Amino acid sequence: MSGEPEVHEEFEARLKAYEGLPAAATGVGRDPVNEPMIRHWCEAMGDTSPAYTGPDAIAPPTMLQAWTMAGLTRRPERTAAYDELLALLDASGHDAVVATDCAQEYLRPLRPGDAITFDSVIESVSGRKTTKLGAGYFVTTRTDVRAGGELAGIHRFRILKYAPAHRPSAPAERRPRPVVNRDNAGFWEGVARHELLIQRCTACDTLRFPWLPGCNTCGSPDWDTVAASGEGTVYSYVVMHHPPFPAFEPPYAVGLIELAEGVRIVSNVVGVPYDKVRIGMPVRLEFQRYDDELVLPVFQGVTS
Amino acid sequence: MNAGDRLPPLEIPITRTLIVAGAIASRDYQDVHHDPELARQKGSPDIFMNILTTNGLVGRYITDHFGPRAQLRRVAIRLGAPNRPGDTMVLTGTVEEVDGDTATVRIVGANGLGDHVTGTVTVRVPAGAGEGLSTGAGGDSV
Repeated sequence: MSGEPEVHEEFEARLKAYEGLPAAATGVGRDPVNEPMIRHWCEAMGDTSPAYTGPDAIAPPTMLQAWTMAGLTRRPERTAAYDELLALLDASGHDAVVATDCAQEYLRPLRPGDAITFDSVIESVSGRKTTKLGAGYFVTTRTDVRAGGELAGIHRFRILKYAPAHRPSAPAERRPRPVVNRDNAGFWEGVARHELLIQRCTACDTLRFPWLPGCNTCGSPDWDTVAASGEGTVYSYVVMHHPPFPAFEPPYAVGLIELAEGVRIVSNVVGVPYDKVRIGMPVRLEFQRYDDELVLPVFQGVTS
Repeated sequence: MNAGDRLPPLEIPITRTLIVAGAIASRDYQDVHHDPELARQKGSPDIFMNILTTNGLVGRYITDHFGPRAQLRRVAIRLGAPNRPGDTMVLTGTVEEVDGDTATVRIVGANGLGDHVTGTVTVRVPAGAGEGLSTGAGGDSV
């Protein structure tokens, strides 16, 4: 998933394709309607209605969904289509789930001994919605619940599959350390002095970045350096949403910055929301300290 | 019972026990309804009540009031603020419409964070059962 609207549209079209497909086919209630489960339900709810006890007992109508639940067992009735839809949402970072709506119609009472069967269909998948919990998609299913083959209730259920907006902050991970070697040590020494040094071939004057032992244009091993002015523009960028990496808090923009001197460098674009970064956006070099050892060149977006 | 009548409120302490008992009675083993650590990892500060328990409590609220012969025809709820341990939910209801022996009641369950649940319940109350409904527009309660 990225911040680009056209990407959302393509993803939403894939989700929409599941509308109308079965979510559960000929599910069979794990237990027939029975007195112990009714009693446990009434105990939990504090429901003392005499309608739910005795020889003429009915099940509390609001138990409708409970008779279709798989508990800790597999759900053989769940269709590949529904599994795929949920997997698509999981894989795009919308891995958390919360039920938001439940609408039940009760056509006839359920009584102990009733054998339950049910069929379910994916009624709708919403567009991307921003909620307090995080951005996500609402999935609505409709389940017809039968008792002894006779339609007894209709259960409409809506869940929100979302990417949590407030994940607990993981123990602060440190950014990965740069690998410093003989060929690039001068670059990192420059960074330590808050200078972004570009290599220049002393034979043909070609600038090069990142640092290399020799000139790609003329092959000369001799070089000196030029300090970048710090001005540049976003040549290209990506927005990282998923998967998360330690020490990186998604979403964030990774930019390919073209420096005023003409060479390009990969770095973070900071100071502007990730979804406001654009190709051609002017940026200015900054040095950001991440911990007591690590300082990195980053680029502050300059919004007009 | 007439349109506009208010049901007496029902106060429900939201204990950890109620949340877990309700989840298990409804055969809902989603970890966020019983495991605080996994709930935190999913962005919630603690476990929270599942929708089936809320649905059961709303049903109980209506049948407690209208009596054991009242028949629930439809319960439609929407969840908002979560019911977490230590909170209290107060259910209130207003009769929105009476049609023959059938009433539509708008319900709200509010907790310390806001409205946990809003919705409507359609209930049939056969004549002579518990709390009667008015027999028609402007009719007296029976």
